[in-house]
Amino acid sequence: MNFDRTVTIVDYGAGNLRSVARAVAHAGYEPFVTSESRAINDAWALIVPGVGAAADTMDNLRTRHLDVPIHNYIDSGRPFLGICMGMQALFEFSEEGGQHECLGILSGRVARFPSELTVPHIGWNTVHVDGDHPVFKDIPPDAYFYFVHSYHAETEDQKIVIGTTDYETRTFPSVVGRENIIATQFHPEKSGANGLKLYANFIQLARERGSIAPDSDETRKI
Amino acid sequence: MLTKRIIPCFDVADDRVVKGVSFVELRDAGDPVELAAKYDSSGADELVFLDITASSDNRRSMYDLIARTADQVFIPLTVGGGVRSSEDVRMMLEKGADKVSMNTAAIERPELISEASHRFGSQCIVVAVDAKKVGDEKWEIYTHGGRTSTGLDAVEWAREAVDRGSGELLVTSMDTDGHQTGYDIPMLQAINEAVSVPIIASGGAGEPEHLYEALTAGGADAVLAASIFHFGKYDIAYLKQYLERRGVPIRPIDVPNRSLNS
Repeated sequence: MNFDRTVTIVDYGAGNLRSVARAVAHAGYEPFVTSESRAINDAWALIVPGVGAAADTMDNLRTRHLDVPIHNYIDSGRPFLGICMGMQALFEFSEEGGQHECLGILSGRVARFPSELTVPHIGWNTVHVDGDHPVFKDIPPDAYFYFVHSYHAETEDQKIVIGTTDYETRTFPSVVGRENIIATQFHPEKSGANGLKLYANFIQLARERGSIAPDSDETRKI
Repeated sequence: MLTKRIIPCFDVADDRVVKGVSFVELRDAGDPVELAAKYDSSGADELVFLDITASSDNRRSMYDLIARTADQVFIPLTVGGGVRSSEDVRMMLEKGADKVSMNTAAIERPELISEASHRFGSQCIVVAVDAKKVGDEKWEIYTHGGRTSTGLDAVEWAREAVDRGSGELLVTSMDTDGHQTGYDIPMLQAINEAVSVPIIASGGAGEPEHLYEALTAGGADAVLAASIFHFGKYDIAYLKQYLERRGVPIRPIDVPNRSLNS
């Protein structure tokens, strides 16, 4: 295995990782799907994908002893990409199936769309990114991405909101993050050319700069 | 703003697309993976594969087909046909399907919907509602391609499927399917009023106007069609332009020069 080209994808039993792996391969890198904490410790770019329910996601991460390694990885400042459940898991807690404690890396919670809306939110919707973010480089403004979810993030901390999406009467954070973290509610691996570009940007920034932060002053070397 | 989806459907048997294919184009049109890539680049918002043989012999080749498609096509893929157990759902998801559609097995054993949605999440469970008009504002669920009556009321069944965890409904009129005379709008309206999940309209698309009606008057979130695309009567780009002109929110077609060669 060529470590320089290997992008680590966390497998915690959340099903469809194939498309995520293929999107990494499409960017010219080698996907390494793993549930080993050591591989997370060694990674230079980490992706936590996921579909399904928040309770199961957290249970799976904990029973496989992946929660602490993911926490440590993020604390080390290395680039992290979370997708769907991999985004929701970063918050303090989720209301899905009761009240479930999540990783608590970002402040906020995950709540269900109100019942007067069509739920799940399924389909292609626009993502509005305020200002420039390097992971969205060369992606048109208000580009369409594919969503499929019933729960969404809510946060008081506007600094972590990178992009928003309007759904019926609601506007919710669809891209969140800070410094080395970027996380999307949508599925870039199912979002055609724009989604593939997002993967390629994330991986290239991680490989070449060791940082995905918007401000180049914050660039850190791994 | 959330856009309405246009979804080409492929009926698959023995690794080939078998229904609704223009045989003039058979050289290229018969391979599902090639067709999937073609529809992806021409603006399809999602793809549906239905295994119409649903035989155990064909199952392995179906899994292989899902995997090969998911390897090349970066838009959502729904797979259905012959899904009988949570294990079937698991295999399809593992091979790269994003959603799994269930039909007869869910009618025979509605618990399957609850089991699968609990295990994999509602977002990947689609219940197919195949119905025929049996009276004024009344539709009944049929199985086996419209040959077998179940006595189930379509609106009640739709409601139960959603209560049990179906995240989406694929609503097909067995009366209009294949006739290219338009979707059954009153049935779509009746089901849409009864449930809060997205509805995919199916059966009857022949003209752009039909798609427009289903997405507006019918209240559908997506339209599924086969013949209208496969026969080359209208391409997706044309249909999207048409819908956009009439004020339906649609996703513009992806920028060109993308490469899927890796």
